[in-house]
Amino acid sequence: MKSSEPQSSFSIRQYGLIIALVVIYAVLAFARPHFMSMNYMLTLLRQISINGILAVGVTYVLLTGGVDLSIGSLVALSGVMAAHFAHPGEYWLIASIFMGIITGMACGTVNGWVVTKGKVAPFIATLGMMTAARGIAFIASGGRPVSRLSTGFTHIGSGGFLGIPIPVWILAVVALVSWVFLNRTRLGRYVYATGGNERAALASGINVHRIKIMAYVICGALAGLAGVVQAARSTTGQPNTGMMYELDAIAAAVIGGTSLAGGVGGVGGTILGALLMGLIGSGLDLLNVSSYYQMVVKGMIIVGAVWLDNRGKC
Amino acid sequence: MAFLLQVQDLSKAFPGVQALDRVRLDIEPGKVHAVIGENGAGKSTLMNVLIGLHQPDDGELRFKGRTITVQNPHEALKLGISMIHQELMPLQDMTVAENIFLGREPASRWMGWLDRTAMRRDAGELLRKLDVPLSPQRRMRGLSLAEMQTVEIAKALAYQADLIIMDEPTSAISDREVERLFSAIRDLKKQGVAVVYISHKLDEIFEICDTVTVLRDGQYIGTYDIGELNIDRMISLMVGRELKETFPTGDSRRDDVVLSVSGLTRTGKFKDVSFEARRGEILGIAGLMGAGRTEVLSAIYGLEPFDAGEISVHGNPVRINHPSEAIRNGLAMVTEDRKEYGLVLNMAVKHNVTLTILRKICRAGFIDRAEEDRTADRSIRDLSIKISNRNQTAASLSGGNQQKIVLAKALLTEPEVLLLDEPTRGIDISAKAEVYKLISQLAEAGKAVVLVSSELQELLSLSDRILVMREGEITAEFEGRKATQEEIMKVAVPVAV
Repeated sequence: MKSSEPQSSFSIRQYGLIIALVVIYAVLAFARPHFMSMNYMLTLLRQISINGILAVGVTYVLLTGGVDLSIGSLVALSGVMAAHFAHPGEYWLIASIFMGIITGMACGTVNGWVVTKGKVAPFIATLGMMTAARGIAFIASGGRPVSRLSTGFTHIGSGGFLGIPIPVWILAVVALVSWVFLNRTRLGRYVYATGGNERAALASGINVHRIKIMAYVICGALAGLAGVVQAARSTTGQPNTGMMYELDAIAAAVIGGTSLAGGVGGVGGTILGALLMGLIGSGLDLLNVSSYYQMVVKGMIIVGAVWLDNRGKC
Repeated sequence: MAFLLQVQDLSKAFPGVQALDRVRLDIEPGKVHAVIGENGAGKSTLMNVLIGLHQPDDGELRFKGRTITVQNPHEALKLGISMIHQELMPLQDMTVAENIFLGREPASRWMGWLDRTAMRRDAGELLRKLDVPLSPQRRMRGLSLAEMQTVEIAKALAYQADLIIMDEPTSAISDREVERLFSAIRDLKKQGVAVVYISHKLDEIFEICDTVTVLRDGQYIGTYDIGELNIDRMISLMVGRELKETFPTGDSRRDDVVLSVSGLTRTGKFKDVSFEARRGEILGIAGLMGAGRTEVLSAIYGLEPFDAGEISVHGNPVRINHPSEAIRNGLAMVTEDRKEYGLVLNMAVKHNVTLTILRKICRAGFIDRAEEDRTADRSIRDLSIKISNRNQTAASLSGGNQQKIVLAKALLTEPEVLLLDEPTRGIDISAKAEVYKLISQLAEAGKAVVLVSSELQELLSLSDRILVMREGEITAEFEGRKATQEEIMKVAVPVAV
């Protein structure tokens, strides 16, 4: 990986993020020595896994110059749908996972369709989906959590493999595949070109509508996957879960250097952004900072990261 | 006679171009002063300096006898210089009165309470003075272009402007509305207001203007009383430069027809456009800005729609709704605005170059990165693009090198027909010469080249044939090296009926 490839590699921004991560980690480890333990690190990774999966998904959409506000609601809807298929002794485990992902993909397809064919601004289109999908989640669950799930299903949330929690494995695979897709494939390049200059992409013979729809579908699918993980972890399909998750996901991507204007950023930065948000959150928890103050800090980090980055450019 | 505005030795350079070179302009109050010149002669730059959108590099502006500097359009307005742009930008959902007083609404001192009654009254008075039957309470959205223009004029008067600049005010209005505009201008003259009038329509200039200043290639050619001029003289003043020795010569062969377009029509943009382009031929399309040339090329390439007509490649009719279909049919286009349609500026040079042919250097959807580097390097070498590193962003290059990247992208698709829209706009003279050489080589290699350019010299020297478009229609065809600029300008300039 050459540092001169602006879109695929580590920018100054990402080095800055890594340094920030290391410094914050060192300070926390100094204050609370048990931060150094492997155990804590795995806990931290598991905590960020859902936000991480969502943030990777929304990165696709942000790179095309769009935005997806519906993913928090999609977490709830696909969690409910997956839970319906996860009662013990009814279907195979794979059916419930599939159901969750398909639900997310279907909603993502609608988002992409409305944005491209209907020429509705992404903010509006996905705001509508956010509201509607939340409603469907309540309808599909009758307003009550869908419980009594098989142990196989809940194992997705609580189990581990080779000593590492399964949600962390899922995030790792999602991030890796996405990195390869965005940086090494033709369609990935088209995602950057579409967001970087839609008209130039069009004039170069790229079907920009198809690329945008693809981004929303992938984003929806990953939101569905995150919904499955969420339902498994909480052992119920909750129609009211995932509130504001979309904003955390967008924040992670933006802290990681993905531009809301499109064409700039990537999965590497998004993962670093999610890590930074998670580390600061759990650090403040362990230092007994009240959650009210934590919200203030989080808000300042989102704005501060972008502010610092812009100053660096001027 | 005291001059209202005196511009002395004004110079302004942009990267790669000397847009204005010691230009002068003397304007008397109560006169209509035309500023004419070809596209790129420096008219817009000069006006933008006057209203403070550009800062001059050198020279002096004297307004009402005082030396002034204009930092921004707001200062220009306060001084009494107002401009009515070609593209009007009214606040569509506000009323006529609100638009006229935008930014300086009559309001009570305390709390800034708007005095709507006063606003309506004053706006009505201004409109009456201009003899326009227009209610101050109408919303802008419902107005015709001509009515919006009169609102702009009223706005200029509300600022008590002494100098009003009108940029192509008649380019989009009907003949009857032109008459009404002219009577408003005559009223302005009576009130002692000076008008700078920019237009390509030369017969209008004879009708309304008192004095004419001619610019050419950013230089001041002269100022004339309208009585000293006729249309032929005006045209030769505008175009009369010497042939520059930057053009390659060498006749290209004419061969079989590659691209044929018949009856291409898009309502309001172009009408019944038909032509053929042959192998090894450079077909030039001349015309003024807004003649529909870009729209025709874009329609052929699938970037913009058209309503009727047929496009054939090698005699076979093709349906092109998207640039990808054009590329598949052997067409490639270099668009007029490289920043808008040509490049993804924050992408690496090599990624820009290969964007059109990524499919060819992919295996199972994965980009063969070694092949990508080789392809990019080959293009960079072939077109002698000057870069330090194929990984640098396209934004970091000069205009000439950016333009070559856009060309490289187009050429990599191995097209049979190249549609070039202003391929040398805004690039410096040596880069231009290289692009000219390249275009000739491409034709010699058997490509059909369709070249749209506003630089007549360029068209005359490169083209085998030249079509002239005027207001959306092809009005004439010339043998490339036999035509003269004067002949072309005569059929390109719109004639107001």
